[in-house]
Amino acid sequence: MTTIRPDSCDVLIMGAGPAGLAAALAAAPTGVRIVLVDDNPAPGGQIWRDGPGVVLPAGVKRRREALLQHTNITLLSGTRVVTVPHHKVVLLEDAEQGWHLRYDKAILCTGARELLLPFPGWTLPGVTGAGGLQALIKGGLSVRGERIVVAGSGPLLLAVAATAQAAGAQVLRVAEQAPLSQVAAFTGTLLRWPSKAVQALGLVQIGYRTSSFVLAASGQGHLESVRLQQGGKTVDLACDRLACGFGLIPNTQIGQALGCVLNADQAIAVDDWQACSQPDHFAAGECTGFGGSERAWLQGQIAGLAAVGRHAQAQVLWPSRQRWDTFATVLKQHFALQDKVKQLAEPDTIVCRCEDVRYSQIADCSGWVEAKLTTRCGMGACQGRICGAATHQLFGWTSPEPRMPLSPTRISSLLQKPVKIDRSE
Amino acid sequence: MKPQPSNLFITLDSKVHPVPVGITVAAALSQCSDGTTRDSVSGERRAAFCGMGICQECRVLINGQRRLACQTLCAPGMVVLTRSGGVEP
Repeated sequence: MTTIRPDSCDVLIMGAGPAGLAAALAAAPTGVRIVLVDDNPAPGGQIWRDGPGVVLPAGVKRRREALLQHTNITLLSGTRVVTVPHHKVVLLEDAEQGWHLRYDKAILCTGARELLLPFPGWTLPGVTGAGGLQALIKGGLSVRGERIVVAGSGPLLLAVAATAQAAGAQVLRVAEQAPLSQVAAFTGTLLRWPSKAVQALGLVQIGYRTSSFVLAASGQGHLESVRLQQGGKTVDLACDRLACGFGLIPNTQIGQALGCVLNADQAIAVDDWQACSQPDHFAAGECTGFGGSERAWLQGQIAGLAAVGRHAQAQVLWPSRQRWDTFATVLKQHFALQDKVKQLAEPDTIVCRCEDVRYSQIADCSGWVEAKLTTRCGMGACQGRICGAATHQLFGWTSPEPRMPLSPTRISSLLQKPVKIDRSE
Repeated sequence: MKPQPSNLFITLDSKVHPVPVGITVAAALSQCSDGTTRDSVSGERRAAFCGMGICQECRVLINGQRRLACQTLCAPGMVVLTRSGGVEP
């Protein structure tokens, strides 16, 4: 593995989580020049995020070490794709500079972000995403002795609670919005995926409650207490942190900027080869719809092999992928959000955190465009990534099309001279 | 258990702090101060929220550049300014 800044490659892989690592390792034996770009300080994505608060499983360490063995893989950590200036050219930016990279094939492994829904007090320091708190703890955030409430939906909540407990926190409550019948039905199906059943057993929480969701967070300058709906009653819990995530949303911005079509679930559409609508572009992992790291790993392998023409090898993996596709479907069915959870914002609740636009300011707007034009909703630094998803749940608005640059970018990066385009191709 | 990491020094809002090697700036802010990063447009204090480089709430000035605290590792001699350091990142 090398770490210079290359200006061209055969296969560009965006995202170094399970899917991206699998794609790189699957494609590498052919000898093609691979560039693996990731915006975090180290590869692994969210699930295999390394840091001082982490003991990585042996299998993950092996995979990361395998990456280092390949001299034809260049890993660019702390690097973002900021614009797509030409066909098969991206502008990259790291902490020091911006530069163009030309590629022949691309594999999108851009993962998913959390669905973060507005409720009174969600902007208070001490309130984070659920996976967000897990990521912060892995990055060295100390939560020892703190009282934590985890809320939202999905199996991730239990993993977050386990991480917080292992780091010395006291988890007061895990509030799952789905009803007990759904959670029990989901748990029943886990026997079809024994590795997941074993994981689930390790995550059993005393404070787990179903049909429970956050109503409000409050405190003076910092979170002090959380009000939960718990079945038919309301409960107040004094706490130091609230980790709240309502599910996942595929990160499709770069894929859309590259011309890849989305499917009905607003994820990047792929065929059996993990190929996108745009020729020579592939996608794998949570950006194609969520289903966990096992599925992402298989999809990544298939995409990596297909991108270098090893279709026979890729096809062998289809049945395994099918098994995890079924898991993904089961997951989605059982943790569907209840309507009342989508409507927790009060009139004065901030919906757009970047521009501090409140619910009452946009509730009467006809859609995203009117809200933007009249209130600046979605026009701040996150470019609508948080409030776009929130207003989709609140009002059914269609989330904004991504615009360049895809994230806040230094002017000096945008001023980089573009690479020469060979018109003969 | 991982071995106890050694410390490095960063300057946060004009004060020098020892922090463990390998932690993010977001983790350091929580350890060395109240963890807040910026003032919102209506004057609310904010802190790291999504934890994974999406929401931009944790933006601070690091060595004069606007960076995300959750995706930046502390480095020896790093100078970090939050809004309480008198600068709007």
